[in-house]
Amino acid sequence: MPALPLDEAGKYVAGAYLVFLTLIVIYVAIIGAKVSRIDRELGELVELTDEEKAGRHEL
Amino acid sequence: MYSKGFKPLAIATVVAIAASFALVFFYAPLDADQGFVQKIFYVHVPMAIVALCGFVAGGIMAIKHLRTGDRSWDMRSYVAIHLSIILGTGVLITGAIWAKASWGHWWLWDEPVLVSFLIVFLLYCVYYPLRFSIEDPDRQARYSSVFAIAAGAFVPINFAAVRLAEAVTHPRVLSQTGGNLPGEMRLTFLVSIVAMTLLFVTLWKLELTAKNASMQLKSLRRRLELRADESAPAAPVRTTA
Repeated sequence: MPALPLDEAGKYVAGAYLVFLTLIVIYVAIIGAKVSRIDRELGELVELTDEEKAGRHEL
Repeated sequence: MYSKGFKPLAIATVVAIAASFALVFFYAPLDADQGFVQKIFYVHVPMAIVALCGFVAGGIMAIKHLRTGDRSWDMRSYVAIHLSIILGTGVLITGAIWAKASWGHWWLWDEPVLVSFLIVFLLYCVYYPLRFSIEDPDRQARYSSVFAIAAGAFVPINFAAVRLAEAVTHPRVLSQTGGNLPGEMRLTFLVSIVAMTLLFVTLWKLELTAKNASMQLKSLRRRLELRADESAPAAPVRTTA
């Protein structure tokens, strides 16, 4: 097959690089969501232990 | 534990990817045969090489797990395989785009390189149902490691078999004679491989850090619940006459 003209080939090249970047962005977004969930849960645990500590001091 | 040295690694990855993109689009010459479409090569081939190496690395880590009994090696193996599957998805999609642009077809079933990569990819897709169908964590880690070793050994065998087969249309990039890449293309290709490897290691460390933090959080929560149960007043015991 002869080489495609630049304007037509550009669409394919852009598509391939976009696929790569999209995969990486989705992956990083998923991991980022996981990390923010961990951060939130950690905050809840810290609050829980602080309340527990305060309760002990009151006793 | 896994986050040590993450920041410089992430910076190096971003720099390497930017450098490789710059080389691809501003330095590497146009291919005389394929023209501009050949630029897909610099993302497709490094992704395929790193994905296959990731599968093999997953197998090596699984061997380490079975030898030491340390479950962290199973986690490392799992994350390496997981990332390789993501890269493998990218390889199949970018490969299909490249095939359509240069051969006029999205897929060719008589091309050994394509079909063999699909076989490896589908083989590793079995890893997830196998792993998550076992509830007992020790058995899950052991069975997954055995699979990772067997499949990891299959990857180089499969690669060698394909190299021995006669290529119909797929170009040979790396060969004993040094391939057929001119200097600028070779440099661009090598930088792209380094960038892809750095990306793999960075994402591997990132996911391991997140998984480790999640596991530690779970164990902390469990310990706190246990402590709360112990400090709670005991329920009255009902006695029967």
